[in-house]
Amino acid sequence: MAIDLKGSSFEGWRREDGRMGVRNHVIILPVDDLSNAAAEAVANNIKGAMAIPHAYGRLQFGADLELHFRTLIGTGCNPNVAGVVVIGIEPGWTGKIVEGIAASGKPVEGFAIEQNGDINTIANASRAAYKMVKHASKLKKTKAPLVELWVSTKCGESDTTSGLASCPTVGNAFDKLWEAGHTLVFGETTELTGGEHLVKARCKTPEIAEKFQAMFDRYQRVVETNKTNDLSESQPTKGNIEGGLTTIEEKALGNIQKIGKKCTVDGVLDKAERPDGPGLWFMDSSSAAAEMVTLCAASGYAVHFFPTGQGNVIGNPILPVIKITANPRTQRTMGEHIDVDVTGLLQKRMNMDDAGEALLDCMIRTADGELTAAELLGHREFSLTRLYESA
Amino acid sequence: MTIHFVVHDEGDSVGVVVVEGLKASNRINGWIMDQDKMIEFDAKSDIPIGHKLAIKPIKAGETIIKYGVDIGKAVSDIQPGEHLHVHNVKTKRW
Repeated sequence: MAIDLKGSSFEGWRREDGRMGVRNHVIILPVDDLSNAAAEAVANNIKGAMAIPHAYGRLQFGADLELHFRTLIGTGCNPNVAGVVVIGIEPGWTGKIVEGIAASGKPVEGFAIEQNGDINTIANASRAAYKMVKHASKLKKTKAPLVELWVSTKCGESDTTSGLASCPTVGNAFDKLWEAGHTLVFGETTELTGGEHLVKARCKTPEIAEKFQAMFDRYQRVVETNKTNDLSESQPTKGNIEGGLTTIEEKALGNIQKIGKKCTVDGVLDKAERPDGPGLWFMDSSSAAAEMVTLCAASGYAVHFFPTGQGNVIGNPILPVIKITANPRTQRTMGEHIDVDVTGLLQKRMNMDDAGEALLDCMIRTADGELTAAELLGHREFSLTRLYESA
Repeated sequence: MTIHFVVHDEGDSVGVVVVEGLKASNRINGWIMDQDKMIEFDAKSDIPIGHKLAIKPIKAGETIIKYGVDIGKAVSDIQPGEHLHVHNVKTKRW
């Protein structure tokens, strides 16, 4: 029987800005690569705190720096996060991140390493993390209408079974969530190549269609300017080709199945930009799994749908990633990575509506606190998108 | 009955093998999803799971159709039942 989405609820944490989260993480967020060691030491000292190390944050400038700040602040503001300890090499940019997160009303404290050294910084930041985890552990879950759950999607290590079954499963669920008024997002700009006309035709207004086309064309210019071949083995990836996908057009048409048949594209977002209303949003983004999922988390999404063919193992530190496969070999050889098995679709043992319901059921269980395969296996990929070289 | 390959739309030039260990000369069952029809075929190559077979004769230079949409062009002639992949089909983009 179909899940009554409008009549359903989930239990999560109501944050200071009104958003509902489904996890209660305290994160130790480095501003830059130099602060990873201190962040990891703090997370090691205080049980229940999680460091999110990354590779960047020095000598970036212009739009690339803005994106860096937006992604880190967005990550801190995500409703799956209860509190944030920020550590940077110097106080200026550290303060900027703290200020950005504090605007959401969330507990946040910043620490800079220069003039203190790692050891004092780790001690001070550990005391702050200690209090924050204590505080987070006391927060009570509350019930909220399901429509408050923001859901993102992006697929990975796709193969032909993705386009036949696992992506259409997401499409079926997205159609239902969209009709119920949820806030949704998809992206992967180059991975629409060959099907971009189909996405454009789904845009709600000519203005949105024009913005989408401009984002698509800009990304094509990046490919055209930098390519040394037809991108074979990069897009489609070596794994995609191993799985039977031959061209980018074929991959794109499978990818696009994730936006279902009914949803309109109701708006476009820049990378890590937060949507200002419900509907299906398109985010101009990389198609690399960890980069895209990191951007979805930074935009404020609380649960992620990830169809895979050959078995991408990705997770995210703060965003639960639900994996769906229709490939029987992947289900057999790496089933511990899969949350929703839709292999029955390809043998007519399951219909698309049942598959969509199975995914929605898993989504509600995940929102209520059940751990995903990626969470159980400790996958915490956090990959920042770069626009160009550092200065 | 085992479904050996799946076709999105009856206008498509290709189907996708959905079982492991498919061998040349096997009599195979195909399911056309959009029209919900079954077809029978002889495989002409060993084809791995997830890989495609041609379901129509295709000449070099012709467009390959899947999902009812252009997914690239053949760079050599391809017979029905033959393995169709990066060795005989290329993108029209990039």
